[in-house]
Amino acid sequence: MTTTTTTGTPQAQPAGRTDVLRASGVTMRFGGLTAVRNVDLDVDSGEIVGLIGPNGAGKTTFFNCLTGLYIPTEGQVAYKGKVLPHRSHLVTKAGIARTFQNIRLFANMTVLENVLVGRHTRTKEGLLSALLRGPGFRKAERGSEERAMELLEFTGLAGKREHLARNLPYGEQRKLEIARALASEPGLLLLDEPTAGMTAGETSATRDLVLAVREQGTAVLVIEHDMRFIFNLCDRVAVLVQGEKLVEGSPEAVQADERVVAAYLGTPFEGEPGEAEAAEVREAETREAAAHDGGQTGTGENPKGEQH
Amino acid sequence: MATTDPQAGTTATTAPAEPLDPTGAPGTLPLPPKAARTLTLAGAVGTFASTMLAWTWTAEFPGDLTYYGSPVDLQTLTLAGSLLTIAFLLAGNGVRGLRWLTPGGRTAPVTLAALGTFGVAWFTAGAIAVVLGGFIHFEPGMWVAVFTSLLTVVGALGLRADEPFDPADPALRDPGPWQRFRHSLKAPAPAAARELPGWAELLTIAVTFGVGLFVFTYGIDTPYGELFIGFLILVGFGATALARAGLSQRLSKLTAKHRNITFTAAFVAAACFPFTQSSDQYTSVAANILIFATVALGLNVVVGLAGLLDLGYVAFLGVGAYAAALVSGSNTSVLGVHFPFWAAVLTGAGASLIFGVVIGAPTLRLHGDYLAIVTLGFGEIFRIGMENLDGSSGPAVTNGANGIANIPDLVIFGFNLGEDHTVLGVELGPFANYYLLMLFFTIIIVTIFRRADRSRIGRAWVAVREDETAARAMGINGFRVKLIAFALGATLAGMAGTVQAHVTSSVTPEQYQFVEVVPPNSAFLLAAVILGGMGTVSGPLIGASLLYLIPAKLQFIGDYQLLLFGLALVLLMRYRPEGLIADRRKKLEFHETGQLDVPTGGPGLSKTEA
Repeated sequence: MTTTTTTGTPQAQPAGRTDVLRASGVTMRFGGLTAVRNVDLDVDSGEIVGLIGPNGAGKTTFFNCLTGLYIPTEGQVAYKGKVLPHRSHLVTKAGIARTFQNIRLFANMTVLENVLVGRHTRTKEGLLSALLRGPGFRKAERGSEERAMELLEFTGLAGKREHLARNLPYGEQRKLEIARALASEPGLLLLDEPTAGMTAGETSATRDLVLAVREQGTAVLVIEHDMRFIFNLCDRVAVLVQGEKLVEGSPEAVQADERVVAAYLGTPFEGEPGEAEAAEVREAETREAAAHDGGQTGTGENPKGEQH
Repeated sequence: MATTDPQAGTTATTAPAEPLDPTGAPGTLPLPPKAARTLTLAGAVGTFASTMLAWTWTAEFPGDLTYYGSPVDLQTLTLAGSLLTIAFLLAGNGVRGLRWLTPGGRTAPVTLAALGTFGVAWFTAGAIAVVLGGFIHFEPGMWVAVFTSLLTVVGALGLRADEPFDPADPALRDPGPWQRFRHSLKAPAPAAARELPGWAELLTIAVTFGVGLFVFTYGIDTPYGELFIGFLILVGFGATALARAGLSQRLSKLTAKHRNITFTAAFVAAACFPFTQSSDQYTSVAANILIFATVALGLNVVVGLAGLLDLGYVAFLGVGAYAAALVSGSNTSVLGVHFPFWAAVLTGAGASLIFGVVIGAPTLRLHGDYLAIVTLGFGEIFRIGMENLDGSSGPAVTNGANGIANIPDLVIFGFNLGEDHTVLGVELGPFANYYLLMLFFTIIIVTIFRRADRSRIGRAWVAVREDETAARAMGINGFRVKLIAFALGATLAGMAGTVQAHVTSSVTPEQYQFVEVVPPNSAFLLAAVILGGMGTVSGPLIGASLLYLIPAKLQFIGDYQLLLFGLALVLLMRYRPEGLIADRRKKLEFHETGQLDVPTGGPGLSKTEA
């Protein structure tokens, strides 16, 4: 894996970059429920964009709309200026590859085979050429295998090429999913919570990997709950709340934005509790603490408990 | 084992703290090691001797086991079993020149061989008692065989198990006899083999297939049910013993190394089969097995690779057979044409292909159970449709339930397959000719299966089977690759159908039901694939052979056949869900070992061993 020198601070975008992804007015309704409402999102080439939001904000639904797994009720998604069809495999063929929130590897295939499946759209040997085994077929197979091995080297899995995917440790399964997605030579990589369940060490390795992917010229759109990861990695962050895009901007701007904090932590009560109320609470707490001598008090709940 | 048994007792109470005994574990029965060995050897030698004696006094029991000094049929099987036991026992105790026999386990193969011998001897005793009516019909030799084979088993159960008890397994803290017995059948994997010179490796493969041909021929040629059951008992235990001894693993490494040579050797051995036969009696069985096995292999593309449960697969065989029958020049065919064979094959395969696409295009949008039900429906629609195309319920095409009869024999290059021909001094009857023709198609279909499997499209099939959503997200057009698998499977079945029409010389709708007692039918085809092992080449071939031979040989199970098959399948799914021949992938899928699967072989996508 390349050791990138990027410190994680967003780089100023050079002028003349083109849109890789342009989603405009994407709306997804399931019956009466609007999961995603009128979301616009652009990703420029060579950019890493983060998509954050509380649970149930519609991030993964939005991803599914982008990749053709769902057909958006309204709006359209364009990749490099071309409107994408609503068929998952055609989206991948166009150049958008993705990983899944709950790892979806081909569990009973080897690591190498998993990556070779990712090469599917970039090769076209059909059944007939497989049966005839002409020189073209052999060349294509060799080429695919070489490319797959390169990607395994890149993700650090080359030593495990013949292992079954199911037997890899969790962190390596995530890496393999990224390698498999990269095998389709995408212009845009969508990562759905790539560090979920990872240790701090694995998270930072994933960050290096994503930066290395960017170095190779692939734009990345990443959903994540790990704020440190997102703010260290992304050039731009969009916040999705209840299906709507709340803010979009540089990590600093988003981090500072009150509405974002409010979306995650809730807004203070309208009639904001004043110093008097706070003192009352403190007093009650000390009384209670004194009552159950040495007993623990759940102070964490109190501010919210006050609200209703 | 009087000295070690108390030790075992202490190990049981303080199991986790006690250091492991690396030399193994106590056997099922507490015998001193030396006594156990002596007993086993004496028992096996005694069994061997008993086969030289008469077992019964009358020739009324099939096979005529009344001779002294010349073992026949069931006696021969017992003799083979006892020799196998002796060989494993001696090899396990380090007798020079035999050690190559047990690179893996040493006790487990002895126990299994002893059990196999015991099974054959006791089965024979039981059969004699039942057929002739009572133990009074035993000659002394039978009693000797009964007791010595029991002694062998007792001795073998006293041998120390090959592997130490696993301290992590709670069942083995205080193992009862049953746990100890099961444990004694475990064996370690063999160490890497010494590098043999190339010619020796090829010779090993050739000898193996020679032996395989001999065993298979023996099984097909068994003239009565008792002998066939004895054969199945011995082969079942013997094959497991060879696997526990580590020989199978060594052999599969060799065959994996020389894939194409193995492939060739297998088919040369298969082609030799008609030359071992003096009449057409068993070649007709073999030809039907090949038809059944080939169609099962075609179904394996659909079920084993692409994971599409097709319960109406026999319809494609029917389409091929009907198409070939219509253009065969039969006087009962409404088309008065007579295509040459190659054109008939293309017609049959083409018709099946079209039928496959027409059925697949709407149904493959369904998943899992729904697909199974719809294909089941289409299979029946085909049969009923053929019945109704009789001129009164519909257009006159197929003669309805009477079918198309009098299909003439094939003539290929002026070579009439319906006549006897003398090749290399051996007279080959019509069924031998058709057997060889069918073998040619089997080679084609095996090649297609292997090549499709290890290619871009084969990987796409497996990916769709594993996780269709992820496969689509990887750019695979799920519907398209499934349709290709369905169409390929249909085409292969259609090809087999064209030959089948000529072998059976008449084609009727009743041959293509969902389930009936005679294979091939959809249920048996699926059973052959599952029994043999999904996704492998040799699995469906073995599964189909067993499913065809067992009902053909054991006429007496007749009415209970389907019941017994159901029971056998349930047991198989419980104890060996990956089938008889396991694909490495399936083995890991069904038996969670908790270990990482660390491959030892070279590079390559070796998915289909064998």
